[in-house]
Amino acid sequence: MSEKPGDHETSFEERLAMARDKQGLEAARPGPGKRPDGLDGSALAIGVRVGVEMVSALVVAVAIGWGLDWLFGTRPILMAVFVLLGGAAGVLNVWRMFAPKRGPVPGKGARAKNGLDKDRGP
Amino acid sequence: MAAGSGSIDALGQFRLEPALGPLGIQFHFTQSNLMMVIASVLVMALLWFGARPRAMVPGRLQSAAEMAYETVMSMCVDTIGPEGKAFFPFVFTLFFFILFGNLLGVWTYDFTFTSHIAVTLALSLLVFVLVTFVALRIHGLHFFSYFMPAGVPVALAPLLIPIEILSYLSRIISLSVRLFANMMAGHVMLEVFGAFVIMLGGAGLLGIVPAALSFSVNVALIGFELLVAVLQAYVFAILTCIYLHDAVHLH
Repeated sequence: MSEKPGDHETSFEERLAMARDKQGLEAARPGPGKRPDGLDGSALAIGVRVGVEMVSALVVAVAIGWGLDWLFGTRPILMAVFVLLGGAAGVLNVWRMFAPKRGPVPGKGARAKNGLDKDRGP
Repeated sequence: MAAGSGSIDALGQFRLEPALGPLGIQFHFTQSNLMMVIASVLVMALLWFGARPRAMVPGRLQSAAEMAYETVMSMCVDTIGPEGKAFFPFVFTLFFFILFGNLLGVWTYDFTFTSHIAVTLALSLLVFVLVTFVALRIHGLHFFSYFMPAGVPVALAPLLIPIEILSYLSRIISLSVRLFANMMAGHVMLEVFGAFVIMLGGAGLLGIVPAALSFSVNVALIGFELLVAVLQAYVFAILTCIYLHDAVHLH
C-alpha cells in the first residue's frame, strides 16, 4: 500500500477514477449527459417545471403592470404591455432551461473577457 | 379526515393550529413552527452526533453526516465554481431544512411546513435577496449589464431589458411555487385517496374492491412522495447554486 511520491498532485477522486477506468467500472457511474439542474427527470417533472417557469414570469409581469397602472392611473394599458413582456420572459425562462449551458456560444465571447468562464475546472 | 361527513376535506390538513397548548395560543406558535423547530433540531442532531465519534472508519451515523456534507459541498463547488465554498453553509442549511421538512411531512400526523406558499416564498425571497446582494457586492454597478445580453443591437434594448428583468424577478415565483405546489399536490392526493378508502370501505360489500385499489394507490403515492420530497429539496438547492453561479460570474 505504499504511495508513489508523485501521486500527491492528483487528488483521491482522480486516482479513484483512473483505477475505475482501468478496471472497466466507469459504466457504473452516472453518464456525462446528466444535467446538474435536475432536468433529467420524468417527462411529467419537466412539463411541470416548464409550466411553472412560464406562468411565474407572467404572474410577476401582471403584478408589476397592475401596480404601475394603479400608480399612474392608466388602468388597462401598462398591464396589457406587461402581459406581452411577461409571456416573452416566460419563453426566455424555458429557453434558459434547455439551452446548452456554458458552451462556446457564438456571440458570448465578448462576455468572457474577464476569463471567468474558464474556471469550470476538471 | 372529514370523510365521515360525505365530502372530502382535502385542504383541511393545511390549516394552521396552535401547538403546545396555551403557550402556543399565547405566542401564535403553530404546528408549522413546531415542525420547523423539529426539522432544525434533527439536522443539528444528525451533524452533532454524526461528527462526535471522529472515527477513521465511520459508523452509520457518521457516514450519513459525511455524505450529507460531501454531497452539498460537491454540489456547491461543481455548480458555482471554487467560490462556491463560501456559500456552502447557506446551501447546506437550505437543503437540509427543506429536505427534513419534506420528509417529516410524509410521516403520519406530521405537518408539512413546505406546503405553505408563505414559507416557500420567504425561502425563495431569502435566496433572491442574497443572490442580488452577492452580485452587487462582487460586480458593483457592472451587475446591471446582466440584463443586457451580449451581441444584441442597442435598438432592441428597450424591449429586451424589461424582459430580462422580468425573467430575473420570476425566479422568486418559480422557485417558491415549484416546491409549494409539489408538496401540496402530493398531500392533497394522499388525502383524497385516503378518504376514498374510508368512504368506499364503509359503503358495504361492493365498496371493498375499489377501497383496496385506493389503498394500493396510496401506498404507491407514499413512495412517490418520498421521491418528490428529496427531489424538490435537491432542485431548490441546485437552483440556488445556479443562481449563485450567475451572481458570481454574471452569465
